[in-house]
Amino acid sequence: MTLTKVDNPTTEARSATTFSLGHAAIGLVVLVLAIAAVTTDAFLTQTNLTNLLKQMVTTGLLAYGMLVVILTGGIDLSVGSVVAFAGILTAGLSSGLPLPVAMLVGIASGVLFGLVNGTLVARFELAPFVVTLAALTTIRGLAFVYSDVPIAPEDESFFWLGSAMLGPIPLTTVIMLAVFLVGGVFLHRTPAGRSIVAIGGNAETVRLAGISVRKHVLLAYTISGFCAGLAGVILASRVGIAQPSVGVAFELDAIAACVIGGASLAGGKGSAAATLGGVLVLALINNLLNLYNVQSFWQQVLKGLIIIAVILVHRASRRRT
Amino acid sequence: MRRTKLLELKAVHKAYAGVEVLHGVDLTGDRGEVIGVVGANGAGKSTLIKILAGAETMTAGELLIDGTQTRPGSPHDAHQHGIRTVYQELTLAPELTVTENLLLGRFPRKRGLIDWRAAHEQTKTLLDDIGFTSINPRQKAGRLSVAKQQMVEIAKALVAKPRVLVLDEPSAVLAGSDLDALFALIRRLQQQDTLVIYISHRLVEVLELATQIVVMKDGAVIATTIPAQTDEDELIRLMAGRRLEQIYPDRRAATDQPALVTKNLARDNEFRDVDLTIHKGEILGLFGLVGSGRTELAHCLFGATRPDHGWIELGGTPHTFKTPQDAIAAGLALVTEDRKGSGIVPDLTVRENVALTTLYATTRGGLVDQKAQRTAVQAMVDRLDIRPAHCATMPVVRLSGGNQQKAVLAKWLLKKPRVLILDEPTRGVDMATRVAIYRMVDELARSGVAVLLISSDLTEVLGATDRVLVMREGRIAGELRSEGATEDQVLAYSIGRAA
Repeated sequence: MTLTKVDNPTTEARSATTFSLGHAAIGLVVLVLAIAAVTTDAFLTQTNLTNLLKQMVTTGLLAYGMLVVILTGGIDLSVGSVVAFAGILTAGLSSGLPLPVAMLVGIASGVLFGLVNGTLVARFELAPFVVTLAALTTIRGLAFVYSDVPIAPEDESFFWLGSAMLGPIPLTTVIMLAVFLVGGVFLHRTPAGRSIVAIGGNAETVRLAGISVRKHVLLAYTISGFCAGLAGVILASRVGIAQPSVGVAFELDAIAACVIGGASLAGGKGSAAATLGGVLVLALINNLLNLYNVQSFWQQVLKGLIIIAVILVHRASRRRT
Repeated sequence: MRRTKLLELKAVHKAYAGVEVLHGVDLTGDRGEVIGVVGANGAGKSTLIKILAGAETMTAGELLIDGTQTRPGSPHDAHQHGIRTVYQELTLAPELTVTENLLLGRFPRKRGLIDWRAAHEQTKTLLDDIGFTSINPRQKAGRLSVAKQQMVEIAKALVAKPRVLVLDEPSAVLAGSDLDALFALIRRLQQQDTLVIYISHRLVEVLELATQIVVMKDGAVIATTIPAQTDEDELIRLMAGRRLEQIYPDRRAATDQPALVTKNLARDNEFRDVDLTIHKGEILGLFGLVGSGRTELAHCLFGATRPDHGWIELGGTPHTFKTPQDAIAAGLALVTEDRKGSGIVPDLTVRENVALTTLYATTRGGLVDQKAQRTAVQAMVDRLDIRPAHCATMPVVRLSGGNQQKAVLAKWLLKKPRVLILDEPTRGVDMATRVAIYRMVDELARSGVAVLLISSDLTEVLGATDRVLVMREGRIAGELRSEGATEDQVLAYSIGRAA
């Protein structure tokens, strides 16, 4: 008899932790999709699906940025306000500047806010919750300071980004998916991404291994700021009007998407693919409840219950392994 | 007449997900006994403790207390039966005072409110009673040294006056008078008819304290003996099949070329006037009691903290390390004393943990070169015999303590350091792994690496090194050649009684 080296199946399964994290979310997506397709005619229409794809873009972009921050063990509460600021700044500037420039400035404002948050957290070692809570109110205020009335650009080209289609798929959805694709590779395959995950697991170990914790934490908040800026510009373009009051509580949906995707708020655990699954779950639930004409208050209740349910499933599946 | 024993375990089996780790363990202990449990990592000691503590339930078997069959299903259950367990890991709430930690849930009250004065007094009496007089009840637990925290843990277990006290490696962080206090306490408990179950890697202690020694190996009790009928040598042979003189490799590889030199190195309130030289190929021991400044010195050498005075020279050139990165770039490596807190990233795989120091160096086109990483890490897993052999894709936290430590060591070996600082590298590590670590360190030194071995284990600090420095109250208090030096000499320097 010859002895062959056989890989232990249980460890093989464990090595795929990032995928198993997403199982619950993906299972839920499939379930909700099936219910949707079977029970209502309105779901599988071109209009509804396009709407669905467009609506998930904002939460999706915010959720990816949030995931990166959450992985370090932090939180970014300011993203909803950044959405409003980036949107209204872009809309305001678009009357005087070429549109692409205005959009880039809008996104850059998000990056800047991210840098400030990151500096306060990484360099001055302030608590992420407090820093970004302060940023939430400060940036919201700045959005109103810039314009306390909505700005509706008249130039048609302003709407292009938010309404363009690539075949059957909205351009903005493609952008979001690209962010998740590139972002997934960043988190799971680059030294910086791995460092960010490791920092959430044990920052001191990482620091003593000769990796700058500060730089990576700063990078995480900057990425979140970038995503929020981008989301703000896209949202303003899709809606066709920029409001200083938009985006209130968006950060909560972003956090919810991460959590549904199995990310741990303590840091160090979570994956881009699973977070995308979380985004889909939230979008589908909203969409379905709208199709069923469920009152929006009940939508909130249901969303909360689903988050709890998903976390319980995660917990149970982790116990088993 | 047969009196019923206080505690009896009969044919205890435990399986996790179908894999049996305890194969029918028997253990009997009576009032006033001290049972020393010894065994290599993976021998099943931890599982046994968890079953006693109610943290795990046995798959089959019996647990009898006073002849009555019980099966603690939770720690609370175990407490009800008078069993208290003190784990290696510290569980105190760091932001609460010693008093709060000890009396949580049973504070003395006055008119419905907590009577703090009485509470602190009660705590003081309690600590004095058990001989831990050096602990201030009003101190926040997190501010105490690891040794003092361990003592508070023990005190906490004793508040409930347990009948069975299980101590898991209690002496791992204790030294000097703290250790004496612990021993005295155990003897007193013995007189008060408490059954103490004492798990330790330090065989000398077990031989000194125990009335009964239980040797475990591969999930079973392979021998039960008494100190009068055995010795360190035999226990080691039973545990790992090795003789005592085979533990430490012969040392003699030191050169006279300085690798790392410090000049008047000092940090306020930590250490001062430190002039030391580590030579290429040398293993320099650094002994000191807890609080002597040895760990602080290690962190400073490594750039984790900055010196207030003095400087470090490497190969004759002065260096200032602003961060660990600078120190690593200069060829330094540090294995910290706190494996859980600063050695591993628990949830990451062994591969990612080991690859951490070389993460940014192992890339292709900006991405982590997974193939190169896999090969390099597996080579380390094989070289250090980290078990299980296919552990690379397992979360590091699932490995035994000894194997985790090997993984930490592997992380630094990948970096090929010129100066290796090891702070308590064998704490809570089983004998077989210790031997492996000593061998590895010896091998490194022979290849020209300068090693600083910090340890509070006297046998180790003399056995595994060429030369020993002794620290006391932040200063280097003495220097000895390891060969021919005695443990008494080292201790004398460390407590300031050297002639």
